[in-house]
Amino acid sequence: MSIEKTDKPQTAVDAAPAAAGASVTAVDPRLLVREQGFAGYVSEFKRKIKGGDLGAIPVVIGLIVICAIFQSLNSAFLGAENLNNIFVAMVATGMMSVGIIFVLLLGEIDLSVGSVSGVSSAITAVLSVTHGVNEWVAVLASLAAGAVIGALHGFFFARIGAPAFAVTLAGLLFWNGFMLQILGSNGTINIDSDGVVGKLTSYYFSDVAAAYALAVVAILGYFVPTFLGNRRREAAGIPSRPLSDIVMRTVLLAIAVFGVAVIFNQYKGLPLAVLLFAIVLVGSDFVLRRTSYGRKIFALGGSVEASRRAGINVTAVRVSVFAVAGLFAAVGGLFWASKIAAANQSAGAGDLLMNVIAAAVIGGTSLFGGRGRTWNALLGVLVITSIQYGLALQGIATPIQYMITGGVLLATVVIDSITRKTQKSAGRA
Amino acid sequence: MSATPVLALRGVSKRFGAVQALTDVELEVHAGEVVALVGDNGAGKSTLVKTIAGVHPIDDGVIEWDGKAVAVNKPHDAQNLGIATVYQDLALCDNIDVVGNLFLGREIKRRGVLDEVEMERRSRQLLETLSIRIPSVRIPIASLSGGQRQVVAIARSMLGEPKLVILDEPTAALGVEQTAQVLDLVERLRERGHAVILISHNMADVKAVADKVAVLRLGRNNGVFEVKTTSQEEIISAITGATDNAVTRRAARTNAEAQK
Repeated sequence: MSIEKTDKPQTAVDAAPAAAGASVTAVDPRLLVREQGFAGYVSEFKRKIKGGDLGAIPVVIGLIVICAIFQSLNSAFLGAENLNNIFVAMVATGMMSVGIIFVLLLGEIDLSVGSVSGVSSAITAVLSVTHGVNEWVAVLASLAAGAVIGALHGFFFARIGAPAFAVTLAGLLFWNGFMLQILGSNGTINIDSDGVVGKLTSYYFSDVAAAYALAVVAILGYFVPTFLGNRRREAAGIPSRPLSDIVMRTVLLAIAVFGVAVIFNQYKGLPLAVLLFAIVLVGSDFVLRRTSYGRKIFALGGSVEASRRAGINVTAVRVSVFAVAGLFAAVGGLFWASKIAAANQSAGAGDLLMNVIAAAVIGGTSLFGGRGRTWNALLGVLVITSIQYGLALQGIATPIQYMITGGVLLATVVIDSITRKTQKSAGRA
Repeated sequence: MSATPVLALRGVSKRFGAVQALTDVELEVHAGEVVALVGDNGAGKSTLVKTIAGVHPIDDGVIEWDGKAVAVNKPHDAQNLGIATVYQDLALCDNIDVVGNLFLGREIKRRGVLDEVEMERRSRQLLETLSIRIPSVRIPIASLSGGQRQVVAIARSMLGEPKLVILDEPTAALGVEQTAQVLDLVERLRERGHAVILISHNMADVKAVADKVAVLRLGRNNGVFEVKTTSQEEIISAITGATDNAVTRRAARTNAEAQK
């Protein structure tokens, strides 16, 4: 229940006249009734803050603070080129974060995603460059390998009953070794930067219309389903949100996406990587919140026993979730390889794993399971990548970068724990 | 009341290794009837319920459903017959809202996508027919009180339109007001023609809502009583198995003290 911008009122029953007219029921004085109009928003907002339901607010504030600091230190930070680089660079980590959010929703952890991403880049490079296999085939093979590796972890966790932490820790080492093995003695395999993998991060839709078209699609994609869903709710006589609410949210969204589109067009146009990331975010969010498979994942994060009694195949869902994490790790690995135009021995090492988990948690995904959305990955990874690029602009060395990123992660986890406590005491955990 | 019981157990026995948990147990439940199942700890109440719910298949005896012998070997069998069980640990997901919990595992879909509107509409309808009041159907279960969670769990069991509802100590952890709400709900289930088996340790609750009391003692039947015509002491002596027990001794003592 962290970031809720859904098209359904999560928190309050509207005393909508339609609903009241359809069903005349005695109103319990304890019921949450939202006032109509603007005053209603303010009072509900206050109630949410008091209840520890901060949603995306801390992250957005954090992001603004980060931008303000780095901009004051170096005016190039908010320049079109740097922002573009941030947006493209965040995709590799962001893709992996989407995968790990699936696992975190179960209340589990996958420590192997970094190594698995390295395996995926190595498999692609070895197949396509060393063995001359068609690059598409190589990409599909590496994605399949990622999913299979994830499913294997899931099997040991869900079927054998080994702790996910330990299984994926073993995976972290094993798959790193596996990657080094298949890379061979040479260590680095350069990838054709005009190939399929190379273009993942280097291709831009240079036509300015592309970015604006995507922005329009995003706005319509939000507004139309929300509006129609709301109409259905009204027709069914259940609480719906006022039209002003939907319009306000749409306008905010429009400002954000058009702002980003302008930034893209000031540089080279809409990056392919960002388009793919947006598709993945929308798709994964849809799966998690609109399908029964997603509902099962949330249910498992809430109560395994309840899920089992509800007839959910716990083992199958768990294995599949780890397979999803492996798949997205592989996707991230391809973007990583694309960015440096090579598969090398350091792929998936260093602070990558920490950044992936940090991005998910910073965005608001709970480490305790059952709470979070894949959009969290976008916010979190923006924070992480902004810090990295800001520090790099200042010429601050890696050791300090690590320490700052670690500090940010700690701060986020502290906020997560505190809001959880507040939510518990407000009965909204 | 119908002549054929919805559920009838005939000479049901269940062993766990060397332990004879149930011996020749008989039980009949009719539609629109609340049967309280009482007994001391270890008397076999939970085992009996689990045999009906299909968790533990029976070793001997017959389970009759609408007068016909049926095999109940797994929970699925019981659900298919129309038996819904609400266990003591309610098995709700704290992080999911009321609607999501009600429909967990049997979500309504529209073109392959969760139909939240229809689920919410039906949830409201269901809660309304059962006169259940909760702050909102769109808040997570974690926000609800113990009594509200209990009624949501019971409401969830009603979604499949079961003929028989088994409630395992529904009032065990509840306050006065919330207990009353749950007991109201049990009465409403009876009014709607459901058969109810109610496990309880609380004699006041049993006296309040049950039509019949079936007493188990050491895995055997120890009498079935009409609630209206039976005193609490009679039931307690059936539970404890003697007229001379801690409860009667205490009653006698307090009576004697009162007379002094």
